[in-house]
Amino acid sequence: MPLKSLPNKAPELTAFEGGYLVSPNGGWRSVRPVINMNLCVHCGQCYLYCPDGTISPELCLDYNFCKGCGICAKMCKRGAITMQKEADYA
Amino acid sequence: MAMSARDLDKREFFFGHKACAGCGGSLAVRIALKVLGERAVSVLPAGCMSAVGFNFPQLAFTNNAFITPFAATASVMTGIEAGLRQRGIDDFQVVGFAGDGGTADIGLQALSGAIDRGDNILYICYDNEAYMNTGIQKSGLTPYGAKTTTTPYKGSRRHKKDMLAIVAANGVDYAASASIGYLEDYIRKIEKAAGITGTKYIHVLAPCPVGWGFKTDETVDIAREAVDVGAWSLREYENGEWKLNREPSRPQDLELYMKRQGRFKIEKQYQEENNYAGE
Ligand SMILES: Cc1ncc(C[n+]2csc(CCOP(=O)(O)OP(=O)(O)O)c2C)c(N)n1
Ligand code: SF4
Ligand code: SF4
Ligand code: SF4
Ligand SMILES: [Mg+2]
Repeated sequence: MPLKSLPNKAPELTAFEGGYLVSPNGGWRSVRPVINMNLCVHCGQCYLYCPDGTISPELCLDYNFCKGCGICAKMCKRGAITMQKEADYA
Repeated sequence: MAMSARDLDKREFFFGHKACAGCGGSLAVRIALKVLGERAVSVLPAGCMSAVGFNFPQLAFTNNAFITPFAATASVMTGIEAGLRQRGIDDFQVVGFAGDGGTADIGLQALSGAIDRGDNILYICYDNEAYMNTGIQKSGLTPYGAKTTTTPYKGSRRHKKDMLAIVAANGVDYAASASIGYLEDYIRKIEKAAGITGTKYIHVLAPCPVGWGFKTDETVDIAREAVDVGAWSLREYENGEWKLNREPSRPQDLELYMKRQGRFKIEKQYQEENNYAGE
């Protein structure tokens, strides 16, 4: 491409609109986090500290990608997140 | 105004990566990109974060991202920054994510060169205290006493290199240490660094459950405890001045911090002979 025709910004993000280019990681899990909304105070700590970004700011869990590490449950001061056996959801 | 967790970009820029469950390094990358946003251009040398982020044809980075040869992180950052600028693009931040081995050992010369030129880049070292991606070998940032596959009996006999002092001595414009256990502090430092024109260096402690020997849910807790007991410090270097951001709140518990990690469980006989934990 000739230099002058390059857009004056970085190329568009590919993954947001087209869907992520990655295969799911949910199968790695033996336990899954479950949020009890009656205990939750929406502090956002679970969202912030999840290494995989699988808890949205609105606290929706993406079970396709959550690896079940348990960090979110540890971070929750309210005890609103419990780790439950994946086998019970099979 | 200082950025808080709520001001982070809601989108994920490092998603679906193949890091082990509970990986501290992946949290460091994820949060940095949520601060910098879609105009960040990521540069990663060989190491866990490139290995788990680029799995052709899969790509866990949703913004522009490059892999570099192991020793070349800072040089490639320099080139990308110059190239984008030459094309008249000015609204971007080149950010590097290199491991402790990639930074303190093999990539040190390239980093020194970039600092010397004052290149406008943000270099982030995620420190998991060993060469993890190749199976836990000792690096220049492995702490004293930590067992690795190359220090299997006594643990490392060397102390960590002080990377912050090294980049300061090279004349860096801004340097800070952080921990994934204190993300507000890490977020503030990334935001501050992004606002400075010049060479910026952030060193973030990023525990690795596999290499350190602890359960996957303990990563953040251990990263926090490292600061609390004084095994790691949160510091800033700017305009020739040093600042300690947080006093260790319970230095007496250093032994507890070590005891909960498999890597500090050194051969019993050696421990007894040398009063290991008290050293
Ligand atoms: C020149 C060169 N030497 C060795 C390697 C093999 N290698 C790939 S990743 C890696 C370990 C990197 O360790 P570190 O920088 O601490 O990152 P981590 O894997 O711990 O995240 C090594 C030795 C390589 N890719 N290139
Ligand atoms: S278990 Fe781990 S990966 Fe899953 S949502 Fe919680 S912190 Fe994220
Ligand atoms: S950490 Fe607990 S209380 Fe806070 S938002 Fe998450 S579930 Fe709710
Ligand atoms: S080995 Fe450690 S640093 Fe590497 S991906 Fe796994 S948890 Fe992360
Ligand atoms: Mg490492």
